[in-house]
Amino acid sequence: MTMQSTLRQETTEALIAALPRPGGAAWLGAARDAALERLRRMGLPQRRDEYWRFTDPGRLVSPAVPAVPLREDDEKPAFAAVEPLRIVFVDGRFDAAASDPLAPEGVEIGHLGRLEPAEGHWAASLFGVLEAEGQKPVPRPFAALNTAFAAEGALIRVRGEASRPIHLVYRRTGDGAEVLLHHVVRVEGGASVTLLESGVGAARLNTVLEVDVAEGSRFHHVRLQGRDPARIAVTHLFARVAGQGEFRSFTLGFNGALSRNEAFVTLTGDEAVAHVAGAAVGDGDFHHDDTVFVTHRGRGCESRQVFKKVLRHGAVGVFQGKILVERTAQKTDGYQISQGLLLDERSQFLAKPELEIYADDVKCSHGSTAGAIDETALFYLRSRGVPAEEARDLLTLAFLHEALDEIPDERLAGELSEKLEGWLRRHR
Amino acid sequence: MLEIRNLHVELEEGGKPILKGLDLTVEAGRVHAIMGPNGSGKSTLSYVLAGREGYVVTQGSARLDGEDILAMEPEERAAAGLFLAFQYPVEIPGVGNMTFLRTALNAQRKARGEEEISSGDFLRLVREKARALNIDAEMLKRPINVGFSGGEKKRNEILQMAVLEPRMCILDETDSGLDVDAMRLVADGVNALRDAGRAFLVITHYQRLLDHIVPDVVHIMADGRIVRSGGPDLALEVETNGYAGILGAGAAA
Repeated sequence: MTMQSTLRQETTEALIAALPRPGGAAWLGAARDAALERLRRMGLPQRRDEYWRFTDPGRLVSPAVPAVPLREDDEKPAFAAVEPLRIVFVDGRFDAAASDPLAPEGVEIGHLGRLEPAEGHWAASLFGVLEAEGQKPVPRPFAALNTAFAAEGALIRVRGEASRPIHLVYRRTGDGAEVLLHHVVRVEGGASVTLLESGVGAARLNTVLEVDVAEGSRFHHVRLQGRDPARIAVTHLFARVAGQGEFRSFTLGFNGALSRNEAFVTLTGDEAVAHVAGAAVGDGDFHHDDTVFVTHRGRGCESRQVFKKVLRHGAVGVFQGKILVERTAQKTDGYQISQGLLLDERSQFLAKPELEIYADDVKCSHGSTAGAIDETALFYLRSRGVPAEEARDLLTLAFLHEALDEIPDERLAGELSEKLEGWLRRHR
Repeated sequence: MLEIRNLHVELEEGGKPILKGLDLTVEAGRVHAIMGPNGSGKSTLSYVLAGREGYVVTQGSARLDGEDILAMEPEERAAAGLFLAFQYPVEIPGVGNMTFLRTALNAQRKARGEEEISSGDFLRLVREKARALNIDAEMLKRPINVGFSGGEKKRNEILQMAVLEPRMCILDETDSGLDVDAMRLVADGVNALRDAGRAFLVITHYQRLLDHIVPDVVHIMADGRIVRSGGPDLALEVETNGYAGILGAGAAA
């Protein structure tokens, strides 16, 4: 055994030893055992791993979690305009009293932490299954870790058109602690739902969201990643989209010492759609990594990846995005853009865009840029009387808007745009 | 209104002198035209007055109503009443025309200690001015200048001027890239704004714009200086004899 693999093993075992093993239904136990075995086989990532070239996993693998001081929450509750059904997790525990009682019409909601033996069997075919499929060709060890150790999460089955969006709210009451949450969503044929997520949740938050989008159904996802500057998060989104299904996910990231958001989406059926997008703004101690892997398997599918980051005072933005077009995926329409707006010379945007295409009749394009504010545009605005700072904000928002345009619901897009405006004003 | 005295300007990069002792006085209520061959420094003059970066003023002064504008930020110059209609209006994806105009108007009002304009009044104001310039509502909804034709961009400049109501308007080669109809629309827009309290400096290479915007005074600029001034007839002389004829073969080269 080489020294590096010994070190990997030791690091992995140290984190495993630090986490309590959850109990639960028999099918869950089996899925968790399998995930633990997967995790042990691949081991936790190390700095030298190609997939972690731009992001040091050190702060994610350490058994001790640095405390993140709790700040007073002076923000308005997110997403109130769309009147979502709220499912609240406090320090990683489902809080029934703080949550809204009744599931919207057409939706069944269960909880990983309180499954009766007869409940949630539908989830057995997805829990840890989409995650396991997402371990190839590149391992995603924190997702396997999550499957093995997450004691809580929502199991959401959508059978019709959900009458309200569902909002997963992550609150915390203490400074420290690691929280793992594992959610499973199945959107059955012809059904549709919007899932929202918000809140810091923990000093170190690890979430996995597995989504099965059945034929002709629709899943929209909007996530707001909290603003505590020292927070650390590693998230995984695994989605399988059947024929004519539609999957859209958008994440807005504010601050955060370290965020690694992975999305692994497979278009299995024909004429399916997947859009994965995000906007992030960071000032100073900010490292924000979007790692996206979209596989086209069905014919005539469309995928878009749109990621924009605004970085200042030494903030770092990372984008690793791949479009894999399998031999069967003729008539694929794939698009990928990632852009960093650097507000000073100390900030960095690191991108690794990739296309891998095995079908011969496809349309795929990708681009990546990193640059400063356009001085010509800035002068034009100022020459009309717009003060320099306001002009800079206008141009910065314009830059972010191409990503925000990926949010189908105008109310949600408007709310996130306002949050960005506020952030820019506070960080002038 | 605008007084420029012995203005010397060089490029920040490389230090090449462009303006070499320019003197110019524009009185309120008057239209002055500056004509000159390519490279004479016409556009540099407009950019320096508007406050674009990249130029160094080494000598001289420029005052608007007695105030030193060269010490002001571009937005302060705008609030003081200076407006430059760009030769190449900038396309800005993602910033809506209306948002931009409203932000600019309110920022100027705020800087002058005036109240912000209400949404209703603003809409009415823009619609009225846009109609006169034959600018349709669709154009106003689009991002600034994105996908606009050359003529639309120039009309949009004049619309901004009409809405912001500056007192000192500088038009930099506003006729470039315009066909006859578009030029007439632009000229009508400018002429509608002519009044006793407002002055214009029309910079142009060709005489034809001055058929539509008839100036009170015409200046010929060469090698960073005003070398001749006269009435509207001077523009016709340029048209007939060319710059070479007016400046003498040596100066026009």
